[in-house]
Amino acid sequence: MAATALAKAPSAASNSAAQDIAVSVKNVDVVFGQDDKAVTALSNVSVDIPEGSLITMIGPSGCGKSTLLRAIADLVPVSGGEITVLGRSPEAARRDRAFSFVFQDPTLLPWRSAIDNVGLPLEVGGGGTAHAEPAELLQLVGLKGREQALPGELSGGMRQRVAIARALVTRPKILLMDEPFGALDEITRDKLNEELLRIWQETGTTIMFVTHSIPEAAFLGQQVLVLASHPGRVKEFMPVDLPYPRRLPVRDTLEFVQITAHLRQLLEEC
Amino acid sequence: MADIAHRTSALPNQGIFRFVDGLRDKWPAIAAVMGLIACWQLIVWGFSVPTYMAPGPIEVLKAFRDDGMTLLANFWPTLFEALLGFIFGNLIAILLAVWFVHSRTAERAFYPIAVFINTIPIIAVAPILVLIFGNGISPKIMIAALICFFPTLVNMVRGLKAVTPATLDLMRVLSASKSEIFWKVRIQSSLPFLFAALKIASTTCVIGAIVAEWIGSNFGLGALIIEATYNFRSPLLYATVFTAALLAVVLFTLVSITESRLIKWKAADVH
Repeated sequence: MAATALAKAPSAASNSAAQDIAVSVKNVDVVFGQDDKAVTALSNVSVDIPEGSLITMIGPSGCGKSTLLRAIADLVPVSGGEITVLGRSPEAARRDRAFSFVFQDPTLLPWRSAIDNVGLPLEVGGGGTAHAEPAELLQLVGLKGREQALPGELSGGMRQRVAIARALVTRPKILLMDEPFGALDEITRDKLNEELLRIWQETGTTIMFVTHSIPEAAFLGQQVLVLASHPGRVKEFMPVDLPYPRRLPVRDTLEFVQITAHLRQLLEEC
Repeated sequence: MADIAHRTSALPNQGIFRFVDGLRDKWPAIAAVMGLIACWQLIVWGFSVPTYMAPGPIEVLKAFRDDGMTLLANFWPTLFEALLGFIFGNLIAILLAVWFVHSRTAERAFYPIAVFINTIPIIAVAPILVLIFGNGISPKIMIAALICFFPTLVNMVRGLKAVTPATLDLMRVLSASKSEIFWKVRIQSSLPFLFAALKIASTTCVIGAIVAEWIGSNFGLGALIIEATYNFRSPLLYATVFTAALLAVVLFTLVSITESRLIKWKAADVH
C-alpha cells in the first residue's frame, strides 16, 4: 500500500522543545506598497502550529489568510516580526524542501503527463533528499491508471489530486494549502475533503489549509484559525472537538452545526 | 474515481479509415478547386482570350510538360534560399527573444529597432542588399530571413512570457533556478506561439526569396517570373507561379506536421 512509502520521515529529534512546533509565527506584520500607498495585510499576527496538526484558516476576504500562508512559504516577505519553519527561516525551509504548497489553481504543466507533473519537484531545485514514488502517490490520491493522462484530459478534481500528489512527492513535513478546492464543485470538494483527511492520517504531515468555506474549515481542522480583516489579525484560534477519523455524515450532527454556527458568528464580528 | 474525465476517444486510426475520413472531409475543397479550374478554362474558351494575356489551364499544363526542366532548375535555388532564410531568420528571432526575456534593457534597446526594420517595405530593402552583397545567393537568403524574422520575434517574446504567476510561484516554492524555469517551463509554453509564427514564416520566406530574385538575378523562380513576363510566355509564367505556391504549401505542411508531433497538448488548456 502507498502508506508504507509515505510513512513519516524520521524526525531528527535532537532539539526536542523546538521540534514540537512546525511553524511559529511571532508578531508578524506584512505591509504591501510604500509610504502613503502602503496597505497593511497582516498586523501583529502570532500563532504556533504544532507538528503533525491540521489547522484550517478562515476569515473574510482581505483578512490576509493567503498572505500568511504565502509568508510562511517565503513567497511574500514579512515587514516585521519573525516566522520560523521547523526552527529555520522560511527561505532555508524552502531550500530544504521542508514544506510543499498547493495552490487554488492546480498549476500543472499542460505538456506533462500526470506522473511527470508529480515528478517535477524531483527534477528542479536540486531535487531534495527524500522522495516518494510518483506512481504510488498517484495511487494514494486515487488516480491509478491515469498516469499517462495529460492535464487537459483530466477533470478539475483530478487535476487538483495530481497537484496534491506533486506536493507530497518531496515528503514534506508541512503542507501549505491555499484554497485548494475553492474552484471545485461541492460534490468533488466533499470527496476530496475526506481524502485529504485520509492522506493526513497516512502521512502524518502538518497541514495548514486556507479556505473560505465554514463547513470545510470545521470538517478538516483540529483547530480553526479565524482571522479578522483591515488589518489582518488573529481573531480566535478555535479547537474543533470532533474525533478523527471524520466522515462526511459528521457534518449533520448537532455538535458540528454548533461549531459552524459559532464560526459564522465569529466571522460576522470580524 | 468519480470525477468525470473527458478523455479524447482513442479510436483505431488505421490507414484506410483515415484515408476515407480524409476524403469525406476534403471533397468540398476538391470539388471547389475542380469547379474553379473548369470555369477558368470555359471563360478562356468562351471569350477567346489570347494565350499571352491569360492562358487556360490546359496551356499551363503544357508549360509544365514542355518547360519542366527549366522550372525544376529554377525551383532548387528558390527552395534553397527560402529554406536557409527560414532557418536563419527564425533562429535569430528566437535567440533575440530569449535575450529580450532575460534582459529588460536589451528589450528596451532593440525592440524599437526591430519594429523599425519591420516597417521598411521588403521591396525597398532588396535593392539595398543587392547593391551591398551582389548578385549571388546571399542577399536572397537575407531577404527571406528578414521577412520571417519579425513575426517570430514578437510571438516568441510573447510565448516565453506566457507563464502564469501561479506557475512562477510554484517554481519558486520548488527553489527552481532561472535556467530550470527557462528549460522546463518557458520553452515549452512558448511552442504554440512559436509555431503560429513559423506557419506564417513558412509561406512568407518563399515570397521573400522570390522578391529578392526580381531584383537582379538570373536564376530562381523569381527571375523566371520576370523573364516569362517580358517574353509574353504566359503559360510559363502561370506554371512558375503555381510552382512557387506549391513550394510554400509544402513548407507550411512540413511546419504543421512538426507542430502536431511536438505539441500533443492543447494550448487552450494553458490559463
